[in-house]
Amino acid sequence: MSRPAHRRPEYHKINKDLFVLTYGALVAQLCKDYEKDEDVNKYLDKMGYGIGTRLVEDFLARSCVRRCHSYSEIIDIIAQVAFKMYLGITPSVTCNNSSRTEFSLILDKNPLVEFVEELPAGRSSLCYCNLLSGIIRGALEMVHLAADVTFLQDTLKGDRVTEIGITFLKKLDEKKYRRKK
Amino acid sequence: MADAALFEFLHTEMVAELWAHHSDPGPGGAAPASHLGPATFSLRRAAPPCIHCPGISDVPSLGLQHSGSSGHPKEIRASRLPSGHTISTCRHVDRHQGQKMSLSVLEGMGFRVGQALGERLPQETLAFREELDVLKFLCKDLWVAVFQKQMDSLRTNHQGTYVLQDNSFPLLIRMAAGLQYLEEAPKFLAFTCGLLRGALSTLGIKSLVTASVASLPTCKFQVVIQKT
Repeated sequence: MSRPAHRRPEYHKINKDLFVLTYGALVAQLCKDYEKDEDVNKYLDKMGYGIGTRLVEDFLARSCVRRCHSYSEIIDIIAQVAFKMYLGITPSVTCNNSSRTEFSLILDKNPLVEFVEELPAGRSSLCYCNLLSGIIRGALEMVHLAADVTFLQDTLKGDRVTEIGITFLKKLDEKKYRRKK
Repeated sequence: MADAALFEFLHTEMVAELWAHHSDPGPGGAAPASHLGPATFSLRRAAPPCIHCPGISDVPSLGLQHSGSSGHPKEIRASRLPSGHTISTCRHVDRHQGQKMSLSVLEGMGFRVGQALGERLPQETLAFREELDVLKFLCKDLWVAVFQKQMDSLRTNHQGTYVLQDNSFPLLIRMAAGLQYLEEAPKFLAFTCGLLRGALSTLGIKSLVTASVASLPTCKFQVVIQKT
């Protein structure tokens, strides 16, 4: 990638807006194409999955993450490095079970919904940010980790925060797990 | 830059998925079809602009050439992509209707985003004295904001037609340089054509934006101002 020209602060914002606005146009288009919310959600997840499988390489190339030895470390990296890198926010992390396979990422501020006031009429089950769950799932799968990713709380549905639940499905096997180069 | 990366990944996925979605006869994962023969893609569209590749009509006083595309048919053929290519989900169709819809869908999305971006520009940029200033602004400031680089050249016939050339367009840069993916290139330009048209619209200019590619990653955007 060529070296970026010197950017004024407002243009930096435009660049951030570009992704959010494009995403909004995509969701709007999918709502036109599909009548059922579940279909839109599924499609967003599928697209996110496709993006995640490629994004993980981009992420590993830009960051210098160490090899992880536990699910908690992985979740911390997702929250503190990946989210910060791509979306400019750092969600907080909670662990939801004693066996430390279920976690939540709590987003006080969700940049994806910056320009969205409320869900469109008749779209109450739309999971607007479902692309994110697909991205996380796809990225984890590329490093040989199977996980379920769902939105447990959604500000567009009246919750106070956005909460993404990540449940690792297989026991982390140290011998099998290798950081993808 | 990381913040540009997300947009590029999303755009790539949109090109792959919207294309497949609007072209597939039905739901479900069909295996990619083999080469189905030429699918003529014609570009008759009344109001919104059309995207055609690779040749654009010569604007005489601009002295442009077809850049090696003479003899290349003005069609987009559905063809098999080599495996391992980043666009693994592209499907292969010979449905004329499906292809037409996909490019216009992408262009329409780009238009809405371009309009919204235009509204977010710093206020002082909105007071342009002439049309040429607006185009220069697109080539420099908008392009830098969106693609982290300036447009490489801007030419005009001073009669409302402008050709903007980018020698290493970021949305084409991940594909092999040269002619290998010439036929796929228009799909990657449709959104940006709409983006330009939308930004111009917010700046008070009605236009028709088309794109052409002679050899990746160089592409040209032709902006024709519509006089009302």
